[in-house]
Amino acid sequence: MDKILEVKDLHVSFAEERKSLFEKKKRIEVLKGLDFHINEGEIVGLVGESGCGKSTLAKSILGLVKPTQGEIIISSKEHPQMVFQDPKASLNPAKTVRFILEEPLRNLTDMSPEERFEKAAEMIEKVGLSKEYLDRYPDELSGGQRQRISIAASLMMDPKLLIADEPVSALDVTVQAQVLELLKELHKSLNLAIIFISHDLRVVYQLCDRVMVMKNGLIVEQNTRDEIYRNPKHEYTKSLLKSAGIGL
Amino acid sequence: MSKKTETNNKKSYDFNLIVGIVLTAIVVIPSLIGLFWTPYNPETMNSSLKMAGPSLQHLMGCDNFGRDVLSRVMKGSTTTLLIGLGTVAFGCIFGTVVGAFTGYYGGIIDEILMRCNDVMFSFPSILLALVFVAVLGSGKYQVTVALGIAFIPSYARIVRSEYIRIKNMDYVQSAKLAGAADLRVMFVHMLPNCIRVLASSVLIGFNNAVLAEAGLSFLGIGVQPPDASLGSMLSEAQTYLFSKPGLAIAPGITLIMMVLGIALLGKKVDGKK
Ligand SMILES: Nc1ncnc2c1ncn2[C@@H]1O[C@H](COP(=O)(O)OP(=O)(O)OP(=O)(O)O)[C@@H](O)[C@H]1O
Ligand SMILES: [Mg+2]
Repeated sequence: MDKILEVKDLHVSFAEERKSLFEKKKRIEVLKGLDFHINEGEIVGLVGESGCGKSTLAKSILGLVKPTQGEIIISSKEHPQMVFQDPKASLNPAKTVRFILEEPLRNLTDMSPEERFEKAAEMIEKVGLSKEYLDRYPDELSGGQRQRISIAASLMMDPKLLIADEPVSALDVTVQAQVLELLKELHKSLNLAIIFISHDLRVVYQLCDRVMVMKNGLIVEQNTRDEIYRNPKHEYTKSLLKSAGIGL
Repeated sequence: MSKKTETNNKKSYDFNLIVGIVLTAIVVIPSLIGLFWTPYNPETMNSSLKMAGPSLQHLMGCDNFGRDVLSRVMKGSTTTLLIGLGTVAFGCIFGTVVGAFTGYYGGIIDEILMRCNDVMFSFPSILLALVFVAVLGSGKYQVTVALGIAFIPSYARIVRSEYIRIKNMDYVQSAKLAGAADLRVMFVHMLPNCIRVLASSVLIGFNNAVLAEAGLSFLGIGVQPPDASLGSMLSEAQTYLFSKPGLAIAPGITLIMMVLGIALLGKKVDGKK
């Protein structure tokens, strides 16, 4: 299988806010040397406690955060895209759905307005909404609909890798299942690789081929799903499974 | 119980809104008309009508040069409004640009510009305007620019803090992932989300500008004759404050109504947040 993403020895640190003008700037290291890869068309779960650096990892893969050391090699020409946790915050409240969907096409392609509209209409149907929603503002949509729109927006440039950062944890339980189903479908029909960040180990089990476990800015264990769930090696993985009530 | 207070609140807001609209309309409509037409030429002097009291021909009487006061109030409030608008537009546009860049990029540019801003902000804007008038000279255009510059810091501050609040929002990250360049992110994606905050401060700023213009003109360094503004009319009228108080009352009340009306509208915009 071909690798779509390879991460080698990734370090990321942030400058701490200075308390006074003369204090030396301190840096806190959030990612402390990660090594992993993602294959074409697979779903990889990323789990770990709050604050261990999952979102920071996502942002550095996307180029929104600069690594302080290490390499990120993306082998598709399409840039990876992201679905954020809270669609209320990830969709610009001042813009219509149509504007949001067409924005990447406007910036990155030389499509005509008609072609852009066509593509937006096609994509909104792919995520299970009708074309009428194109003229709505995000405020006028339900949580589930919003998350469908942000999935649609992330797919406008046909990425080969999608990072979903807790894409359903802000949604109602019934809606969660629908959105997960949609992600699964899109994964199949588009041969989309997905890094699925979640706290919910049951969902990760349903969805993912492989799982990476993170703690304190390091990947402590990565393996196929069945190995992680049946035969966890690292103490931290065991305790995660235990606290999720998934018995050994 | 809580429902009751809610409806009460709503009523008082609407009352404010109605009074605000009425007061603003009473001032703005005649001054818009004054842009094209006044009953008499506001600069024509007629020595036989010096200090004439109100009559059917001259509803507000005539001033010490025999000029029709109503015409002068119409013309004067036009000038005042235009200076206010110009000042707000000038301050708001430059303030927004400064605030957007400093808020968005942060770092050393931010430090430098904001320290300059703090220095400017620590002077009352009327005092700053005085300094700029001293440099630029007096007259309506100079006053507009002087006040505009003096108002930049307050807008820059507001916009900067909004940009700092917004720049880490997920939709800004999304915009970057959608390939939007920095300028596009700043002015197409972020600016529309600052409009609400900006709108209420524009109305307050407008009032401050009107008052500052009146202040400068009252001191005689603002609008120069033959132009009339509400401030310069007040300034001319003060000599006759006791013998002919009507000369001060007409522009004075107009000024009060203008400022009050717009303040009430501003409250409404603010309350909507
Ligand atoms: N821009 C930043 N500046 C400074 N520190 C940051 C920044 N972004 C994240 N951090 C810090 O990095 C650490 C990891 O944050 P991150 O958001 O990656 O965690 P996470 O694993 O996604 O947590 P959660 O599960 O709660 O979403 C946190 O301690 C956070 O405070
Ligand atoms: Mg996170």
